Amino acid sequence: MLRCFACGTCTAGCPVAEIDERYSPRRIIRMVLMGFKDEVLRSEFIWLCAGCYTCQERCPQGVRVAEVMRTLRNMAVEEGIVHPAFKAQAELIRRMGRIYEIEDFDNKKRVRAGLPELRKTLEDIKTLFERQKLNERLG
Amino acid sequence: MNDSDNGGKRPYALYLGCTIPARVQQYEIASRKVAKALGLEFADIADFACCGYPIASLDARTARLLAARNLALAERVGCDICALCTACTGSLTETVHELANDPALLESINADLAAVGLRYSGGVKVRHLVRVLWEEIGHQKVESVVVRRLKDVVLAPHYGCHYLKPSEAHGDFEDCEAPHTLDDLIRWTGACSLEYPRKLKCCGGGVLAADEKLALGISREKLRDVSRHGADAIALICPFCNIMYDTNQKKIEATFGLNLQVPVLFFPQVLGLAMGFEPRELGIPMNRVQPKGLLEKIGVR
Repeated sequence: MLRCFACGTCTAGCPVAEIDERYSPRRIIRMVLMGFKDEVLRSEFIWLCAGCYTCQERCPQGVRVAEVMRTLRNMAVEEGIVHPAFKAQAELIRRMGRIYEIEDFDNKKRVRAGLPELRKTLEDIKTLFERQKLNERLG
Repeated sequence: MNDSDNGGKRPYALYLGCTIPARVQQYEIASRKVAKALGLEFADIADFACCGYPIASLDARTARLLAARNLALAERVGCDICALCTACTGSLTETVHELANDPALLESINADLAAVGLRYSGGVKVRHLVRVLWEEIGHQKVESVVVRRLKDVVLAPHYGCHYLKPSEAHGDFEDCEAPHTLDDLIRWTGACSLEYPRKLKCCGGGVLAADEKLALGISREKLRDVSRHGADAIALICPFCNIMYDTNQKKIEATFGLNLQVPVLFFPQVLGLAMGFEPRELGIPMNRVQPKGLLEKIGVR
C-alpha cells in the first residue's frame, strides 16, 4: 500500500464512486496511510465496496485495493463494528449453511422440475463457526 | 463416475451455491439441459453449502474455511467443481489459489476441517460453466448442436466480476479488461454480441445488502446503456447479476422513474434456444422481463 502515489485510477474506474461520492478508494487509501484508523474503521464507506476488483486489476502500482477494503472490514469486526446486514447473513449461514432458506416448498418445486432435493440444514457448518469464535466477535 | 465415462477427465460436481436454488431455478434448469445435450455429465453433492463469499467481509479466514469445506467434499468423491455463480466461482477459485501457495494456511484450515471429518489436500479444479463450454466443449462442438441459429438477435454480454477477477487466482485465463469468451459463445449461437460502453461494469450486487438505493443506481446505468444501444436482451452468467438486472428491474424503474423493459437471459437459456429447446424447457417463463421480441425474431412463441 505504501507504493500508492494517489493517481486515482481506482476511484476513476469504481462503479460505486461513479454513483455515490461518499465512496472513494483513493481517499480511503490516503486515510489509512496517514493513520486515521478510527475514522476509517468507524466510517460507513468501508461497507460500500462492491468487491468487483476493478481498482485492484487497474492499479499501476500493484496495490491490492479490493483486498485492503476487505481487510478494513475484517479489522472493523475485530473492533466490534459490524454492518448489521452482513451480520444477519453470517447468522443465516451459521444456522443453515446458506444465505437463503430451502423450505419443503422449494424442494417440492425442485422435484417437479426434475431437480435433485437439497438439504435444508447443514449441521457441520455450526461446528466450523464455533471453532472460529466468529459468533463471539459478532456479538 | 469412473474416469472412462468422461474421456479420462475427472467429472464435475455441479456447485449451485445459495442463490440459484432459492431464487433463480431457471438458471439451473437451463444449465442442466444444455450440459446434458452436450454430453457434460454432472455429479450432485448434497452436502455442498455456502461458498464463503458473504463471510469474507467479516472474517476472510472463515470464508476460506467454508470454501475449503466444499473443495474437500468434491475431492472426497474425486470430482472437480463446475459452478454457475460467478461469486461462488471467485470465492472457490481464490481459495484453491491461496491454499496452493500457503502450506501453513492449508494446514491450519485442515485442522478445522478435521473436526467435521474432512480434509483438503489440494488440486481440485474450479471452473465456471461458461469457461467449460468455451475451453473444453469448444467452438466446433457448440456450433454443431445449434439447430436454430439466433440470426438478427443482438445480445449484450455481461461477464460478472468474479468470472475472471482477481485475474491472478483465475490463472490469467483471459484478459479481464478485454474478455471475449462469452462474446464468442454468443456468436457461436448465430447471435450478434454487442460492444457497449459499460460492458465491463459491475452489477452492484455486492452493495445491495449495505445500501439498496446505491446498488440499484449502479444496475440502472448498465440497463440504460443496453436499452439505448438496442440489444434484444442482456446475456449473463451469474444469479446475483440476474437478481440486480431482472428481478430488481421493476424496482429500478419505480425508484428512478424509468421505463426500461430490458429482457435478461442466462447464457445457457440462450444456448438452449439455439439448440432447439422450447422456452419452458429452459425455465424462461420464470424470468421477470419476458424476451418477447427476441422469441418473435427466432420464430418461437
